[in-house]
Amino acid sequence: MRAFSYDRPDGVDAALRAVAGQAESGSPGSAQPPVKFVAGGTNLLDLMKADVMRPDRLVDISRLGLDGIEETDGGGLRLGALARNADTAYDERVSTRYPMLSKAILAGASAQLRNMATNGGNLLQRTRCYYFYDTGTPCNKREPGTGCGAIGGVNRIHAILGASDQCIAVHPSDMCVALAALEAEVRVTGPRGERVIPFAEFHRLPGDTPQIDSTLAADELITAIDLPPQGFAAHSTYLKVRDRASYAFALVSVAAALELEGANGATIRSARLALGGVAHKPWRDREVEAELAGKPASLETFRDAARLLLREAKGRSHNAFKIGLAERAIVRALAEAAGVEHP
Amino acid sequence: MSQPTGSASLGHAQQQPAPPPPDLVEVTLTINGSPKTLHVAPWTSLLDALRLQLDLTGTKKGCDHGQCGACTVLVDGRRINSCLTLAVMQEGRAVTTIEGLARGDALHPMQEAFVEHDAFQCGYCTPGQICSAVGMLEEGRATTDDDIRELMSGNLCRCGAYPNIVAAIRQVMDAQATDAKGTDAKATNKAGGPS
Repeated sequence: MRAFSYDRPDGVDAALRAVAGQAESGSPGSAQPPVKFVAGGTNLLDLMKADVMRPDRLVDISRLGLDGIEETDGGGLRLGALARNADTAYDERVSTRYPMLSKAILAGASAQLRNMATNGGNLLQRTRCYYFYDTGTPCNKREPGTGCGAIGGVNRIHAILGASDQCIAVHPSDMCVALAALEAEVRVTGPRGERVIPFAEFHRLPGDTPQIDSTLAADELITAIDLPPQGFAAHSTYLKVRDRASYAFALVSVAAALELEGANGATIRSARLALGGVAHKPWRDREVEAELAGKPASLETFRDAARLLLREAKGRSHNAFKIGLAERAIVRALAEAAGVEHP
Repeated sequence: MSQPTGSASLGHAQQQPAPPPPDLVEVTLTINGSPKTLHVAPWTSLLDALRLQLDLTGTKKGCDHGQCGACTVLVDGRRINSCLTLAVMQEGRAVTTIEGLARGDALHPMQEAFVEHDAFQCGYCTPGQICSAVGMLEEGRATTDDDIRELMSGNLCRCGAYPNIVAAIRQVMDAQATDAKGTDAKATNKAGGPS
């Protein structure tokens, strides 16, 4: 690891002063901001060992006290940015009211990592694209303008939706897929005050600036993640498909949540659907969700929805299998959420 | 819950070329019950501090990237990967390594069970497996063998001793459950029985 200095400020204001001036008029972060916050450290320190991230100063925010889980006035839950992933997943309010979120968190990483990793850090973790990690290869996300090693290279784990000709990396989080389906909100603070970022707007597609993962500015700090009251506890699931049964990133994952109505809950009143492992951000398609509303909760409906969602999916030399895999995963997740028998 | 502490500001270390010797930072940790004060570079992982400064080489460096679990230790009773945290980030905390589990010459029950079930071949992953298993039982989330497999998935064993590792953990888990029941029964007897 390269040399760096380390601070542990005693409050949010002091932490923000340490990153002040890193973002010009609130623009999103550059590929290599000189000062980085560290909390769990599970991804950042790994990236620093690989020489992918090269900050010259680390600001330890882990003891700022933003680690509670509290009720909000509106009937939702506020997850502290610095609450550990394990504490969040096992919190009884989370596991009973937002079971899809608990399941997603526990599908990710290992028990040791979940004991370290924080909620804010989970949102900000970076892609596990092999070329992003390998400093001997070109990567537009790591070194803008150098090219993409994955396009035309080994791209089995890469994107099938929303990719660009600059980057086909995927966001690696499980937690974020459930947060996208729940329409969580990310609370941040910075020199321009506090703001709330709807989850759908937090992560971004690569376009021609794949070095920028999110809309968080380099001088801002995530303080909490707000969950709305609707947790879809009765009819939801998180399905993760991966190369081994545990401790592997998703090839495809699906957060599926339904509100059912009518006799025996046979009709879909509303639906949420988010996919992981397929794009540069958790993938939601509101057109598909709108199509599901009012339809019978049946395998036929779910197959139509899956095909509609994947209508513009594009496979590469090694990952075209993900399109069929995603279709089957969507059908199975929706069927499980609805309590419908599936093959 | 963690409490804010005073600023631990360090001087900027210069980068390329030829960095000068780093400014060291003082860190106080409780290691296996004893307070220890170290002087470490900011980038020293907890794992390297344990092995290189404290000569506690029971904790193993496998991948050094949080993928194998050989470096698992308990910090304030919770299992973590010591390769993915800095020593300085653990200021004030209590670290338990494999060297700290036994009580004198008496092995920890998890150590005993690993020996009894031959739950290793080369032994390199074993300290991490044992610390992780102790942490997992403390968490109290496992009830079935499948739970053990899932919640121990952060500890790889390239010799493939997994069946015996599960059996060893299962034995300690069952023994703890029996002990708990025994204690409950005693408590019930005491409360409800004639005196």
